[in-house]
Amino acid sequence: MAKQLLMGNEAIALGAIRAGVDVVSGYPGTPSTEVLETIAKHRPEHTYIEWSINEKAGMEVAAGAAYAGARALVTMKQVGLNVASDPLMSLAYIGVKGALVVLVADDPGPISSQTEQDTRHFAQFAHLPVFDPTSPEEAYELIGAAFRYSEQYHTPVIFRPTTQICHACASIEVVDEINGHAIEGFVKDMKWVIFPKLSYQNHLRILQQERVLAEDFAAFPYNRLGGSRSAVRGIISNGVSTAYVNEVLAMTGDSVRTLSIATPHPFPVKLALAFLEGLTDVLAVEELDPVLEEELLKLCGRYHLPVNIHGKLTDEMNLAGANHFENVRAAIDTFCGRSATDALPAAPAGLPPLPVRPPVLCAGCPHRGSFYSVKAAMQRAKLPAVFTGDIGCYTLGNAKPLDMVDTCLCMGADITMAQGLQRAESGRKHIAFIGDSTFFHTGIPGIINAVYNGTDITVMILDNSTTAMTGHQPHPGTGHTMMGGVTERVHIDKVLAGCNVKCIKHANPLRLEESIAAVTEAVAYPGVSVVIFEAPCIALFKAEPPLRVAAEKCIGCRRCINEIGCPAISLTTEGKAVIDENLCYGCDLCSQLCPVQAIGGVQK
Amino acid sequence: MKMDCLLAGVGGQGTVLASRLIAQTAMSKGFTAHTSETIGMAQRGGSVISQVRLGHAACAPAIPLGAADLIIGFEPAEALRNLAYLKADGALLVSRNPIRPVTSSLGQGYALDEILAYLAQAAPRCVFIDGEALCREAGSGKVLNVVVLGAAAAEGLLSFSKDELLTTMLAHVPAKFVELNKQAFAVGFDHRKYEAEDGGAK
Repeated sequence: MAKQLLMGNEAIALGAIRAGVDVVSGYPGTPSTEVLETIAKHRPEHTYIEWSINEKAGMEVAAGAAYAGARALVTMKQVGLNVASDPLMSLAYIGVKGALVVLVADDPGPISSQTEQDTRHFAQFAHLPVFDPTSPEEAYELIGAAFRYSEQYHTPVIFRPTTQICHACASIEVVDEINGHAIEGFVKDMKWVIFPKLSYQNHLRILQQERVLAEDFAAFPYNRLGGSRSAVRGIISNGVSTAYVNEVLAMTGDSVRTLSIATPHPFPVKLALAFLEGLTDVLAVEELDPVLEEELLKLCGRYHLPVNIHGKLTDEMNLAGANHFENVRAAIDTFCGRSATDALPAAPAGLPPLPVRPPVLCAGCPHRGSFYSVKAAMQRAKLPAVFTGDIGCYTLGNAKPLDMVDTCLCMGADITMAQGLQRAESGRKHIAFIGDSTFFHTGIPGIINAVYNGTDITVMILDNSTTAMTGHQPHPGTGHTMMGGVTERVHIDKVLAGCNVKCIKHANPLRLEESIAAVTEAVAYPGVSVVIFEAPCIALFKAEPPLRVAAEKCIGCRRCINEIGCPAISLTTEGKAVIDENLCYGCDLCSQLCPVQAIGGVQK
Repeated sequence: MKMDCLLAGVGGQGTVLASRLIAQTAMSKGFTAHTSETIGMAQRGGSVISQVRLGHAACAPAIPLGAADLIIGFEPAEALRNLAYLKADGALLVSRNPIRPVTSSLGQGYALDEILAYLAQAAPRCVFIDGEALCREAGSGKVLNVVVLGAAAAEGLLSFSKDELLTTMLAHVPAKFVELNKQAFAVGFDHRKYEAEDGGAK
């Protein structure tokens, strides 16, 4: 088969299909999303795929399948593993019959995440093996090894790519054969029921298994010992950092010994000891936490090795953020006794000022209307309020001029944090904002908590009929599944009614007065009230004809710019508003704000 | 052949497709290709870059500072933001039309003339195109990515012929957009003809 240009996530997906995956579940999250989507695109007949409502549900669906002997994969981003950590910790004790690969994508930088947590630590914590690919090419092979190890050792395994692996593309030769197998089915046995006595026994068993795996991994071909045998300096690395180390060494020609680790846990002790033999100094080049660095320090302590370990703990590597050629080059230069600055090109000098360009809500995004109508309603009522936000495109409502996100913590936290704020400071209104997919993910328990405890909050549900931020995945409210079928929609208002929410309003966020009226009524209601803002994400339909500003009517008041901050609107050199017809979606929000009716052109 | 090319633009401008098409063309000629693209929150109108690395047996996804043979700027400020990646003898191809961010409309401004002037002297070879006018000529505001590829082919900035790029492009765009993209590529390729009067290209 010819070489294909594949994104790391696509390579992992095709590798999982090749490994004979039977059941795939997950919840979307950058940088992991494309793995499940690619499997769906190339789905073999025997494979079942779903977007689960959250990572915990996804983990348990995959675990059930693996109990029956299937090869299962569950995908998520690193913070998703926090949600799924309850089943994972117990699964580590119970084990699986088929295979269970838990794909957790870490996000150094972070590029699109709340934390820079390191899933290698989670693997240590759960006593589970973890695989860590150095490139998209290697990820294609390594995912197959992850399935094999899971099946061979009857244990869940973690597969942990990072952003620069997930979202890099490489030319990869894809093998079409599928390594198929028969699913035996679930066999009843006390070993599937977690009880304290069994947990004690299993705790001992998995610790013993860790030692066996550490021995096994010492000969694992993707743990690569290389470079000079006679060198006194060594570099240990993993993941994308290995690629940067190799690129720097190809340029500098430094004589060093190298060790690249694909299985950071259980750490391949024997191989690491062979690496350390005769070295005086080692530099650990890794993103996020100093996992490899600490493993070497432990070995040096236990075996009394006279090797200095350099890295994050000695402030010789960056403590946070992603690795790049430049910081790896600088660290290796210093490590090899050269000036770290000489080799770097001089930055261009005397640059004119550059506009900052943070991400923004798209032109035509219905969230803009939702945020603005809540803001306007609270201003008109002269009510002080705190706005708790959540994870999704609508986190961008924090940007000026909307400035409507006062808190953002984690999935589902907006509804529950508003309750805590209300208990501590009842003099203000507490208004939570949550998207439709996040509502189904972890929002519903927060609603029940508020109703049960009788807390006076208002929840704004921004229902744009999709999981927008991660690339428009379906969810229970859409009526579509990843198997291509149509299923009955779960209606948000019926869920709320079932939770005993008594005040439920509906509004079209692109009709300002209607929305402001709905918000005003809901906020006035004592107790839990909800406004469901319903308008689809602009990616789901074709643009309406763009609006135009009649320059002769525009008085240059800038209201359309200063109130809603639409990226399609800017000012001409004459100080008149102008609309970029390529960006405008015809949402009509700006024309409703214009005091002199200068904006129009919607042909309906 | 070894070549590192950085594409800089604003989320939504189509830099990802352009970088993939460059990589696919290289692969069709038997070269290895690696790319790396901004995906995630920044796609919502933020600064984005795509990096294409051709002819390296194995390489890291990101281009080192001062190593890019070519920067294709889909937008002038974004080209300048990434200028440090350009080799001393590298080339610039920049669409001169600004996309003014909301922050700039809210009062921060946008020093377009200074930015263009800086870019013009920043590399031994800097080609400006009027992306907006060329897109209009092609019949859609959404084809800047293919217009710039046409222009890059015409200027000999990529190591591929016009036909090689065109063949890849036609194989990778959806059938219903084939005619539009053919037109966009042709307009980009003839950009000097369309811009003859304002002397934009240096």
